[in-house]
Amino acid sequence: MSEIVTFTLNGQEIKAPKGDLLIEVAKRAGIEIPAFCYYEGFSLQAACRMCLVEVEKMPKLQPGCTLPVGEGMVVHTESPKVVESRKSMLEFLLTNHPLDCPVCDKGGECELQDMTFRYGAGESRFTEIKYHENEKQWSPAVYYDPARCILCYRCVRVCDEGLGVGALGLTYRGVHAEITPSHGDHLQCDECGWCIDVCPVGALTSGTYRYKSRPWEMDHVGTICTHCSNGCKTTLSVRNGEIIRANNRDRSGINGEFLCVKGRFGFDFVHHPERLQSPLIRRDGQLVEASWKEALETVAAKFAEVRARGGKFGVIGSNRTTNEENYFLQKFARQGLGTASIDHHRTGDVPTLLDALSGKTGALATIGDLYTAKAALVIGSDLAQQHPLIAYQLRANFRHHQMPLYTVTRGPVREDQYSKRALRAEPGAEMEAVETLREDLAKHESLTIVFGDSVKGDALRRLVAFGDSLGTKVQYLCLVDYSNSRGAMDMGLLPELGPGYHAAESAGMNLDQMLDDASLDALWVVGANPLERRGLASEAAFVVVQELFLTETAQRADVVFPAASAYEKSGTVTNTCGEVQRLKAGPRIMGTKPDLEIMGLLAKEMGLNLGIWTNDKVFEEIRRTVRGYNVALPVVATGGAAPTMPVNGRVLAPASAELIRSDGDTLFTSGSLGRYSKMLSSVMEAPGRLYEEKPAK
Amino acid sequence: MTFSPELEARFEKMIGLYPPGRQKGALIPMLLYAQDETGRITDELIEEVSKRLSVNKVEVEEVLGYYTMLHREPRGRHHLQICTNVSCMLVGGEELWHHACHKLGIGNKQTTADGQFSLEEVECIGACSWAPAMIDNYDFHLRVTPESFDALIESLRQKQ
Amino acid sequence: MLFNEPHPLEVKVLTKRFEYPQKDPIWIDEFLAKEGYAAFRKALEMPPDDIIGEVKKSALRGRGGAGFPTGLKWGFVDRSSPKPKYIVVNADEGEPGTCKDRVLMENDPHMLIEGCLIAGRAINANRGWIYIRGEYRYLIDILDRAIQQAYERGYLGENVQGSGWTFHLSTHTGAGSYECGEESALLESLEGKRGNPRLKPPFPATSGAFQCPTIVNNVETYCAVPSIILNGGEWYAGLGTPKNGGTRMVCLSGHLNRPGVYEVPLGYNLKQLIEEFGGGVWKGRRLKAVIPGGSSSPILTADEIDIPADYDSLAKAGSMLGSGATMVLDETTDMVKLAHRVMKFYAHESCGWCIPCREGTAWLEKMLRRLDEGIGVARDIDMVGQLSHSMLGRTFCALGDAAAMPTISIVEKFRHEFEAKLAAAQSFAPEPETQPLVVL
Repeated sequence: MSEIVTFTLNGQEIKAPKGDLLIEVAKRAGIEIPAFCYYEGFSLQAACRMCLVEVEKMPKLQPGCTLPVGEGMVVHTESPKVVESRKSMLEFLLTNHPLDCPVCDKGGECELQDMTFRYGAGESRFTEIKYHENEKQWSPAVYYDPARCILCYRCVRVCDEGLGVGALGLTYRGVHAEITPSHGDHLQCDECGWCIDVCPVGALTSGTYRYKSRPWEMDHVGTICTHCSNGCKTTLSVRNGEIIRANNRDRSGINGEFLCVKGRFGFDFVHHPERLQSPLIRRDGQLVEASWKEALETVAAKFAEVRARGGKFGVIGSNRTTNEENYFLQKFARQGLGTASIDHHRTGDVPTLLDALSGKTGALATIGDLYTAKAALVIGSDLAQQHPLIAYQLRANFRHHQMPLYTVTRGPVREDQYSKRALRAEPGAEMEAVETLREDLAKHESLTIVFGDSVKGDALRRLVAFGDSLGTKVQYLCLVDYSNSRGAMDMGLLPELGPGYHAAESAGMNLDQMLDDASLDALWVVGANPLERRGLASEAAFVVVQELFLTETAQRADVVFPAASAYEKSGTVTNTCGEVQRLKAGPRIMGTKPDLEIMGLLAKEMGLNLGIWTNDKVFEEIRRTVRGYNVALPVVATGGAAPTMPVNGRVLAPASAELIRSDGDTLFTSGSLGRYSKMLSSVMEAPGRLYEEKPAK
Repeated sequence: MTFSPELEARFEKMIGLYPPGRQKGALIPMLLYAQDETGRITDELIEEVSKRLSVNKVEVEEVLGYYTMLHREPRGRHHLQICTNVSCMLVGGEELWHHACHKLGIGNKQTTADGQFSLEEVECIGACSWAPAMIDNYDFHLRVTPESFDALIESLRQKQ
Repeated sequence: MLFNEPHPLEVKVLTKRFEYPQKDPIWIDEFLAKEGYAAFRKALEMPPDDIIGEVKKSALRGRGGAGFPTGLKWGFVDRSSPKPKYIVVNADEGEPGTCKDRVLMENDPHMLIEGCLIAGRAINANRGWIYIRGEYRYLIDILDRAIQQAYERGYLGENVQGSGWTFHLSTHTGAGSYECGEESALLESLEGKRGNPRLKPPFPATSGAFQCPTIVNNVETYCAVPSIILNGGEWYAGLGTPKNGGTRMVCLSGHLNRPGVYEVPLGYNLKQLIEEFGGGVWKGRRLKAVIPGGSSSPILTADEIDIPADYDSLAKAGSMLGSGATMVLDETTDMVKLAHRVMKFYAHESCGWCIPCREGTAWLEKMLRRLDEGIGVARDIDMVGQLSHSMLGRTFCALGDAAAMPTISIVEKFRHEFEAKLAAAQSFAPEPETQPLVVL
């Protein structure tokens, strides 16, 4: 506990830890000290001079953003001198700032407008000609208008300090000073767009949003990003049924403000012209549009027929559908169709991890834990490319707490910039390298191990044994690919394991076996594209697909149901750390239905009683039956993340590890979904060429 | 991109003058000396320097815009920098500047058609007690008058 | 190349080895023959605390402009720090009116090297850089040669003079920036970055070059050190006035009969300086004003200059000793034009980091230009003062103050000139408050 000092702020006696910054202490006391350049969590600039306050016995006004509070200090934030100073700063700022507020993208949410309104003079004495510089496009995602820029350096800092990209800099000087992108006239970066979000004015604008709307004309829906498994909260801004912006300015959720290119710009697949908006039925070899009634009847009849004659079913679930949908799907398959052949594309060996950790508590790391971890080891993943939030959390931990990081990866990764030791090892051979770090790792109070898909089966057991042998507290994080890859496993989309990793009564075929079985009678694919990688051996199989687009798998289907994407439905998803979060529906796309509804209608059509198929009811059942999912409802309902530990005993009949393979998506790919995001595919870094040319620091 | 052997030798020595891992310290000297040889800062040069010092290109861009002696535009063989700051202004610096513009038929940061001369109005060059002063590339000329300026131009032309 | 005829009244400490007319610059043999490196050899035998103690006793104050006591600055360095310690020489000489450091470096480069060696010894540093402004390329060549000689004679490098101590020294060129004369901006520049000043604290003594303890001093400050060590701090202090020890280089420029660089004791009367050394105002004209310490210092009128020229007396007179640049203005000087020219300089050199300096200098420059060109309006005169006050004390570094202070003083002391210019212009400018007429 640090020393507490007492000082006076606007006549009020305040106690605060010695050395805390005045601007923060004042904020806690409910006193606003305005600032542009101060940005919590990032380095101090003291450049905007808006936060100047009067401190008794100090001859000059002092910047509140860099002033540590001290015993007996007497501070005034609203004295005539301070008020006058703020007025001057705003007057200075507005001299060369184009007063084009009526057409500026930031209008209505501009910090300069707000500040001028609250602290400004209301009148300008500036009658000279403004210095002007034209707007530039830096990338499909980012535009920069130097004339509007007030040089608060927020963008430079989030890019450099926050992400380790360092794509933005400052060039020229004096009144000509402006922000410059990484490659002279254009950007080559993560294209995450965080710079746009933090821009207090309309200097940095987004390629997807600019000149489309005013902030108050949109509905803002907080949901979970559907791309990778990190589970960032993203707030979709919807106008007239169209998503036109995504960000997370309210800093709610596990990611605070952080989002990568996928979370911020990768929503445009929702409105892609190739979205399926009507069921399709194969007639004379061609898929043609049909009514929902006809499609449901066709599928119900066929499923009933196959079940009646004891035919072979194969059911493939999704990495992106909700927990409720996954749970309902396996229940449908196991109880309704009487098959144990249910699987999904597995991307991480969670069952083995849970088995190896049996009997331990608190051994699974959450996203929040990554920021407070005392040390971390990353094995077999290019985090900055594949798991951006995790990369961000670890970097923030290093930045704020100097956390030691170790990496064992196949090639150079961005984390090498600050890792204490960076080792190279081929996938599958990482454990040898990890062993050499034993002495270093054992030194730390505790350790968090983050590992990718190459650490599975026996290697994973060795890793846990290694962790045990360090004699310190060790937490693990098994990386998986997509927004609900973890939930798919937890909900029992595995041939050997039911919900909560209970051994299934009988084991059915796994995904590869289904596709390779020439006598398969019916294949039901919900939100997956297995035929992208592997052919379907059975020519006679009746294939039903629930999809957003006519993927390779959908093209082989006999019936296709147009499904709603995660951004168009409610439910819950579980991120790679096992944290459950809630989806909230943003726009609706005409003609589509959420997968749960499609399955429910199908069950009804087949006359099956699988329980009520609303999200709430299914989630209630999950909470009752899946261990660890009896999470506190208020946490989930209010947009929080509830950590789960779905099993704490042996996992019997563990799923075989050979089938586990990550897609290895980069920042600019997202399985078959990424293809339909124009933004992801139009940036020049796609599909992830960025780091080939980056010099190692 | 390669430089003359002398410059290569200078660079090699220069990089060693900064603490290990902090070779970025050599960035500005390297750019300036390279520019003296190549005439201006080119994209190729930026690429080369960023590679040699392991810095991002944006870090090079940052300093290019900041330092007035670094320039991307080509300049004349003789870059004439005339000071008009206070000490020079008091004793005829501005008159000298206008005379030079008139004489060469060019303005600030412009180059004569034959590529011989370029002009720049510069801030204090530290020759205040011997004002008005000017610099031809790196050579100082002191107590310059319009007449001595003309003579200088003539002699520089003759040298070609 | 650059040295004027010495003046008989000079007190020659820094310039004791200078010759006029110049021969080849003094090289190491001649330097050694004239007590060169003797102070350093003496310092080698002294404990570091004694070296710093001697410098403290000398009342030597930074000659770059701020006048901070040098011994105190050296004492702030934690010699026991495990980090390397560094010596940095500020040879970025950019304050308008200043041309003294070049004279020292050109005529006695080894004196600077010796000063660095003693400073290095005092804080237990093993490396130093001389940061020289890019325009002084020929001086870099001179210093490089001198450094080379010092290496050859064992005054630099490993095991200096058999002491077991290592000290490396090299030059580092700037590339055109006034702001890099500010010590933290200079350190940024040394690290290969823009010359944006740093947040203080930490001060360079704690975290300077490459985030290690560093002392940054002006060329002239280092050059004074060998004489102090050789003759004792008290002797040096005795040359000047209390708390203002020694001699200093003064650069006389402007409307004088004999402009030049002269060495005078601290506290020498400013008026006499102009009369005796400068030979009085040229062309038989009368004196109007004096800028006593570079263009950043507030201006003094002709009847304000009968004062001792030291740090404290000038501060008392509302100005500053600054870098020793004394610019003399005769009765014909157009003060509006002067104010504009000064502001034009600061607007050009503002790094752009903080709002008040970036926007304030640009705005003032435009306004002063209008006033100078005769298209000002009445309120401009007050506004120049108001805007300068809005910058004063509120900018990130001292550049904003440096722009504001002289401007405020010029407007205050010569307001009638602004008004006269305005009145003359208004006779043919009927509607001055319409569109601004200046296109930049």
